[in-house]
Amino acid sequence: MFMGVPEPAASTSRPRRRHFWQANLAQLSDALEQSLFAERIARQPGLLQGLDARVKLVTTLMLLLAISLSRSLAVLGALYAVTLLLAWSSAVPLAFFVKRVWVFIPIFAGIVAVPALFMIPGPALLRLPLGLTLTSPGLTTALFLVLRVASSVSTVVLLVLCTPWNNVLKALGVLRVPDVLVVVLGMTYRYIFLLLRLAGDMFLSRQSRTLGRLSPADERRQLAAGTGALLSHSLQLSGEVYLAMLSRGLQGYPRVMETFRMRRRDWLYGAAVFAVAAGAVWLGR
Amino acid sequence: MAFQSIFLSFLPSNQYMHIPDGYLSPVTCAAFFILMLPFWIRGVRSLRQKMTSRNVPLIALLSAFSFVIMMFNVPVPGGTTAHAVGGALIAVILGPEIATVCVSMALVIQCLFFGDGGILSFGANCFNMGVVLPYISYFIYQAIAGKTDITSRRRVWGSAIGGWTGLTVASFCAGCEFGIQPALFHTASGTPLYAPYPLAVSIPAMVIPHAAVASVAEALLTALVVAYLQRTNKAALEMPGQGAWSGETTRRLTRLRVLWILLPVLIILTPLGLLAPGTAWGEWGADELTQRGLAFVPQGFASLQGLWGAPMKDYDLPALGNSNLGYILSAIVGVALIALVAWLLTTALTARPAPEAPDKEKS
Repeated sequence: MFMGVPEPAASTSRPRRRHFWQANLAQLSDALEQSLFAERIARQPGLLQGLDARVKLVTTLMLLLAISLSRSLAVLGALYAVTLLLAWSSAVPLAFFVKRVWVFIPIFAGIVAVPALFMIPGPALLRLPLGLTLTSPGLTTALFLVLRVASSVSTVVLLVLCTPWNNVLKALGVLRVPDVLVVVLGMTYRYIFLLLRLAGDMFLSRQSRTLGRLSPADERRQLAAGTGALLSHSLQLSGEVYLAMLSRGLQGYPRVMETFRMRRRDWLYGAAVFAVAAGAVWLGR
Repeated sequence: MAFQSIFLSFLPSNQYMHIPDGYLSPVTCAAFFILMLPFWIRGVRSLRQKMTSRNVPLIALLSAFSFVIMMFNVPVPGGTTAHAVGGALIAVILGPEIATVCVSMALVIQCLFFGDGGILSFGANCFNMGVVLPYISYFIYQAIAGKTDITSRRRVWGSAIGGWTGLTVASFCAGCEFGIQPALFHTASGTPLYAPYPLAVSIPAMVIPHAAVASVAEALLTALVVAYLQRTNKAALEMPGQGAWSGETTRRLTRLRVLWILLPVLIILTPLGLLAPGTAWGEWGADELTQRGLAFVPQGFASLQGLWGAPMKDYDLPALGNSNLGYILSAIVGVALIALVAWLLTTALTARPAPEAPDKEKS
């Protein structure tokens, strides 16, 4: 495995750019780590973990719509608080949750919104040097963007943290996603891990055989060769997987086994979120 | 305006391509879901028809492949790195239809699993990265490659130019999607509710960094992988998916090519309409009727006048600050809508039920 690749000891006191392969390896191992952690939280006891995946999926969409439709900052703030409350009652560590949500997408939205603070005309709130004037509509717009993005990401991250991936997939059936796509998505998810490992192993072996620094052109060529090898491997593997499916009795159309059962708490939770979302849309109209 | 564009241009551009929830209004998101439906239906239909073939694991593996290469840092000339989407590569090898399905699948997993790219904006993301990118890359690649040998250098150049153009046009589309938000969706006092920048800022902010960095990464990755496959795995470049589009569809496209070339020319010429004085005969509003000397405007006429507020009134977008650009954009939107409706109608009228899988009939 390639996780936890040690940084090479710096030979000079000058800080060096991270090795090209290392940057790629770190990105791949982050993805694996994130998924392992999510699966662990999904197995803990908690409010959301105990609910039917279909209810969680539909209520997530309701909340996303409410966040998207709301035209009031107070309502958006309240909806963000609702996601924090749900995280807390589902035993998701709050510090981890807030960090996971805010890094990187809402912070990025905040940076994107900076010019809007000064660009949108309106009553001045604050005059800064260089002739910049912070306007109140500018501030409102920036807050709209950041709060909307943060609340939306929170809602989705909650769903993913508290639901095993397989159940999220099966629940897609409620949204009339065809079975064939659900099957393909399930397989895709598994192969992502296989390909992440393959790519990681390939990069690690490349790195271990590389002395000194590569020129960017060489880095590109090696990356392309790796990508090409990965693609060839994927194509070949798909043939083998197909044969394996046939040998296990693939009969035409795939079916998704569904073992979901709605209980009283599922209905109650669904009704509660519907009320919150409808109330938010009404108040924030 | 220039300051904002330059500031936004310096932000890591790949994050823009995966539009998160909150940047686009729900109406825009719904429109893109509707726009994507025919592409998805087409993809699923062809998947179902070929269910007993190798397509299911193939799609799954290529979707996984697309997901994984979106994480690679591609070194770009100039010392920086960027993420490629990989849509151009899959399109060049297996055709744009399959690329649409694979990129959509990878995006589902990205948005559900990593919160990268929104759920409501999923349709818009699929349109930019799963339709615009692969279709444009594919057609440019095909046009340049022509009937050359599979190991020809022209194929490498074709895939590079296709990949670069595909992602640059996709970023232009994303820029348009952001840019129409403040004009269409704002509070009563005019404060934007979603992405705050008008087209004049959002388009350069999206297109310039993509053209300079991310599209270069897409072009390099596509071309270098095609060159690698030419050396090591020619069979991959001769996959049957290539024929799916280069057969009858291409013949039909060739016949209609002249008309398609004419269309952009006509679109660019649309601002000529601004030169004409007055309004079109018989298309007068109530106040124009009064100006023309009509003493009395029927009450029903006056009350119905405000019934429908068009989103692009007078073929113009005030946020653009340029009525010529507004005209051209209106023409593009109009042509795209008409083409979509015509396609939906023909697809619905000529649709045949998917044949049952042969294995099933036996059992």
